[in-house]
Amino acid sequence: MSDALALPGARAGSQDEPETAYDERLLLAQRTDEEINQAVLKPMLRTGRGFWALVAVLAGIILWGMYSWSYLIQWGLGTTGKNRPVYWTLFITTFVFWIGISHAGTMISAVLRLLKVDWRRPITRGAEAMTAFALVVAGLYPLIHLGRVWKAYWMVPYPNNRMLWPNFQSPLMWDLIAITTYLVSSTLYLYLALIPDLAMARDHTGGWRHRVYRLMALGWRGTGGEWHKLLRALAIFSVAIIPIFLSVHSIVSWDFAVTIQPRWHSTIFAPYFVIGAVYSGLSALAAILIIVRRGMRLQEFLRAEHFDALGRLILVAGMLWTYFWFAGFLVEWYGNDPVVRALISEEISGKMAPLFYLQMGANLIPIVLLAFRKVRTTPALLLATVLLVNVGMYTERFLIVVGSLQRNDIPFNWGTYRPTWVELSVVAMTFAGFALLYTVFSRIVPYVPVWEIKEGRLRYTLRRIGRLLVPTAAEIE
Amino acid sequence: MAKDVNTLTETNVGGPRWAMVVDLDRCTGCQACLVACHAENNVPVAGEAQAAYGRWLHWIIVQRYWEGQYPNVKARFTPLMCQQCTEAPCEPVCPVFATYHNPEGLNAQIYNRCIGTRFCGNACPYKARTFNWFTPEFPEPLGEQLNPDVTVRSRGIMEKCTFCVQRIRRVELATSAEGRRPTDGEILPACVQTCPPSALVFGDLNDPDSRVSQMARSRRSFRVLAELGTDPAVVYLKGGETNV
Repeated sequence: MSDALALPGARAGSQDEPETAYDERLLLAQRTDEEINQAVLKPMLRTGRGFWALVAVLAGIILWGMYSWSYLIQWGLGTTGKNRPVYWTLFITTFVFWIGISHAGTMISAVLRLLKVDWRRPITRGAEAMTAFALVVAGLYPLIHLGRVWKAYWMVPYPNNRMLWPNFQSPLMWDLIAITTYLVSSTLYLYLALIPDLAMARDHTGGWRHRVYRLMALGWRGTGGEWHKLLRALAIFSVAIIPIFLSVHSIVSWDFAVTIQPRWHSTIFAPYFVIGAVYSGLSALAAILIIVRRGMRLQEFLRAEHFDALGRLILVAGMLWTYFWFAGFLVEWYGNDPVVRALISEEISGKMAPLFYLQMGANLIPIVLLAFRKVRTTPALLLATVLLVNVGMYTERFLIVVGSLQRNDIPFNWGTYRPTWVELSVVAMTFAGFALLYTVFSRIVPYVPVWEIKEGRLRYTLRRIGRLLVPTAAEIE
Repeated sequence: MAKDVNTLTETNVGGPRWAMVVDLDRCTGCQACLVACHAENNVPVAGEAQAAYGRWLHWIIVQRYWEGQYPNVKARFTPLMCQQCTEAPCEPVCPVFATYHNPEGLNAQIYNRCIGTRFCGNACPYKARTFNWFTPEFPEPLGEQLNPDVTVRSRGIMEKCTFCVQRIRRVELATSAEGRRPTDGEILPACVQTCPPSALVFGDLNDPDSRVSQMARSRRSFRVLAELGTDPAVVYLKGGETNV
């Protein structure tokens, strides 16, 4: 299997072999349904030594992280680098990061599904799984960062012997509700679109796999009525999940913006966080797709055209992020409030300067790089670029959370922050946990949405007009 | 300024509005208030290394600022404790009502409810709240002098100045048994009781004749970060030139 991505249409117009002129395009390639099924099932049925080695390494990191977390619970939050005034640190930074990552899944699958964009078809499942698992690990942080995690259930509204209802004025309650809603709805959304493919896997496997898939496929037979209901449900979910996805990151931003902490108290935070989440989420998705494509040999499905389109979308998100960042920064800098001035000078020329320039460089350079088709369609280059975006976005969240908290209205209360091994281990645990969930999931269920690709292929036919072969698209649904 | 102070929102019409006056012109920076507060409120001592990293637990802290260039250097002292804001930024952000406004205008901190999100600590512009990073330790013989009227807090929760609410309650109970209201100066928080130069004064701001009311009307009065609109119940006095 070659790892090189050929450009779409590179051989178009070649009159010698008109049958393969559009073979570069997934929805036009000469394949039978059975070939597609087998290509998807192959990595599910055979796992190499590399897979188990990866699982072992990730599990090791997770075990170490769980030890660190129990150490944290046992001895108290003093084992982290938190202090007064830097009450929130790496945990909240990474929480915002993971919530951001979770945004691209819905972005890709719901928005693009509604817009009937065809290049989404092989990507949707990978994106939705990313949303669900990123939310799972993000949801750990509100627990991890609590002083008394064993009392976390006090935030859940239920009639209790304390005769006390939670305080719905608190953005943390909004968080709890928004994240729970998003997790439930995105998991259902992922599962709904999975049912026909689980049925496909059921019909092509035997033994214990067959039994598992039969259970998970919920007796799907593929009748017209079932398809009608499924597509209806997906349409409803696609519409309904968009306000949820906007609200979740807005609420995360309000955790900061509702306080009067300088540089947090900003009305632009909600859209700025949402667009930043899309930027980093799409970048993370591209990185995952490149890695999975190679690890699971899915070159058949994830082609140059897909990375090209995804790269363009990242480029747009990046430009929007830059615009929002500038709009926020300009006003704060121009306002010249003393504390904001101290914070900005700390960023631009103080201790935070290396991180600030890392943030700006790692977020802006990819915008330039992604303008080139060669970067968008070369896996190694694209991977480096999108990883750079995520380094930049993580740094951005760090500067917002930790950077801002170091300065406040009373200079006597200014502080600094040093991370400890406990914090770093717990953060590593969530990265490994996400990777493990995703790796195992992609081997258990069909990673590529077979039915969506087949549906897309129904749209396109090659018609001969004179000596030319012309792809024609039909409206479906 | 004086007029501004008198607009303190009355949350308890007819009842007291507890307030403190800090006369910066009198403060010598001796930190007796801090020691008294530790003893009265079972505040643990964090230790030098932890305190240097910003993890002290003092409910009142004498902030020292240097002014001027050598050799004309002056030390400025600002004792700062929870300002018991009327529009407290810490209150709405707590998801479990561990911090809330009681009818006497006090910012109450309910230790047992706190789950340790530290959101209140971020919201407080005065950073007057402290967090129990570790299980508090009271090395012998400090354990022998714990105040039975005050909860010893566990690790993982926020705490802060309460205006010695246990002392307020004790006097209120005693005087209501006698069928009268506390007289001005009858309630003394530990820091006020201890302050050698009497820089700290405590009383009822709703009583126009109380000492705090009279001092709050002074031309010297101001409130810290008044521009934020938190409407604190701690009034500072600063006017004359002090050269400490």
